[in-house]
Amino acid sequence: MSCDQCHEREAVIHLTQIVNEQVTTLHLCERCAAEKGVESPSGVAKTPLGSFLAAMGNNLTETEPAPRTGDTCVRCGGSFQDFRESGRLGCPECYRSFEAPLRELLRRLQGSTHHVGERYAEQGAQPGDGQVRTAELREQLRLAVETENFELAAELRDRLRVME
Amino acid sequence: MIDLSLLTDGGVGWLDASGPSSHLVLSTRIRLARNLAGRVFQGRNSETEREDILSTVEHAARESVLLRRATKFRLDRLEPTDRQLLHERHLVSKELAGLDSDGRVRSGASLLIQDRIGVMLNEEDHLRIQGLHSGFALEAAYAEVDRLDAELGQRLAFAFHPEFGYLTSCPTNVGTGLRASVLIHLPGLVLTKEISKVLQGLAQVGLTFRGLYGEGSEVVGNFFQLSNQTTLGSSEHELLDHLGKMVRQVMDYEEQARQVLLRDAPAIIEDKVWRAYGLLRYARALSFEEAMNLLSGVRLGVGVGLIPDVAMYTLNKLLVYTQPAHLAVAEGVEPTEADLPIRRARFVRKVLESEVGRRG
Repeated sequence: MSCDQCHEREAVIHLTQIVNEQVTTLHLCERCAAEKGVESPSGVAKTPLGSFLAAMGNNLTETEPAPRTGDTCVRCGGSFQDFRESGRLGCPECYRSFEAPLRELLRRLQGSTHHVGERYAEQGAQPGDGQVRTAELREQLRLAVETENFELAAELRDRLRVME
Repeated sequence: MIDLSLLTDGGVGWLDASGPSSHLVLSTRIRLARNLAGRVFQGRNSETEREDILSTVEHAARESVLLRRATKFRLDRLEPTDRQLLHERHLVSKELAGLDSDGRVRSGASLLIQDRIGVMLNEEDHLRIQGLHSGFALEAAYAEVDRLDAELGQRLAFAFHPEFGYLTSCPTNVGTGLRASVLIHLPGLVLTKEISKVLQGLAQVGLTFRGLYGEGSEVVGNFFQLSNQTTLGSSEHELLDHLGKMVRQVMDYEEQARQVLLRDAPAIIEDKVWRAYGLLRYARALSFEEAMNLLSGVRLGVGVGLIPDVAMYTLNKLLVYTQPAHLAVAEGVEPTEADLPIRRARFVRKVLESEVGRRG
């Protein structure tokens, strides 16, 4: 079947629309479909998230102040559109750059926006570095004994003795 | 060819059927997705940045206790068969091994592994910390991975957001970054046609299932990988508890289904499992799918005590060792499409013969 638009290339996308209670089906090739703004399934559904993102795209603009076209992440330069196409974000900063639409996405996808699991203590943020270091070495010593790594255990014990 | 003898148990300790509920559950896998703070994610980074991530993480790993003696595999420098071999052993994902449809392995794609735990590097996220245990062992597997996470977290700066938790390339992993999966054999539920109901039920309580080889793989041989769907909004232990409870329930259903089969159709079941054994023992050509289904039948027979002389360990091993890259390595030559089924059948016969021989 050839494309209804250009009548040249093979139609690969079959778009069924209901306009004024009339059902019409358009058979389009990939290029004409793209020109009409219809995304090909191969482009969208590459990731499991793809179809979900495509489906929520329309709703998003109605309910959320979605980022304007052209808005990009300050750190990596990726856009929200890039994310919608690939299902993957560009960098950690994207979570701040696209916070509003991502929060909405997380609500739907994960049923929550709040992490309640283990909290990561960032490097250098801990008070009393010496104490932390000793505790860390003790934990390493315990692990070394447990995994029967006696050579390392002896080394760690010596280092702890010096510190204490 | 790579030398997997460097790894403890060749990296397949998880197959040894020594863990809890090994007659139903092959293995338990835990993985944590982590990224380095201030660096772009894998999809947008360059070869140089990936090399830098690799050396930064490797440096931290060499200072840790749990990965101090880790073996490193650079997937991007391995032949396709070797990459596939690591994938068949469940040590790396399809994506990391470059076995996805585009068939390209990413530069810097690597695995650091020591005993049952390891880190995949330059996968979808910078780090995928993972642990693989024999049988049904969620807490034990998590405890080990959690320790490694703490060890690496002290030496590296992970991307963490006060509200969203650990930040990941894909928002389906954000929060805990935890995916726990249990590889379970459910022939009873398949034979009694209860399986779709069970799987629907699991979907309703936020769990998902995949095939033997994880994401995107089909269910073969009645093996299902059950795992948590969400990673945000529950703590690590809540996610594990929930999955654990549901898996126990599925195990109960499976045991009940087996009892029903043995009660209502003992002759049919006995014939089915011995027929499967007979085919495996004597067939001259076996496709992958046929081999998986027959192994499933024999596994059921061993599980309900109808087939006495085959060890679960042997059956588990056959699942992995009858796959293409393993057959290539076993015989030292790449098999062609056409002779793969013949080699597979020969390998299975040899293993089963020696098993029976050993037991007299």
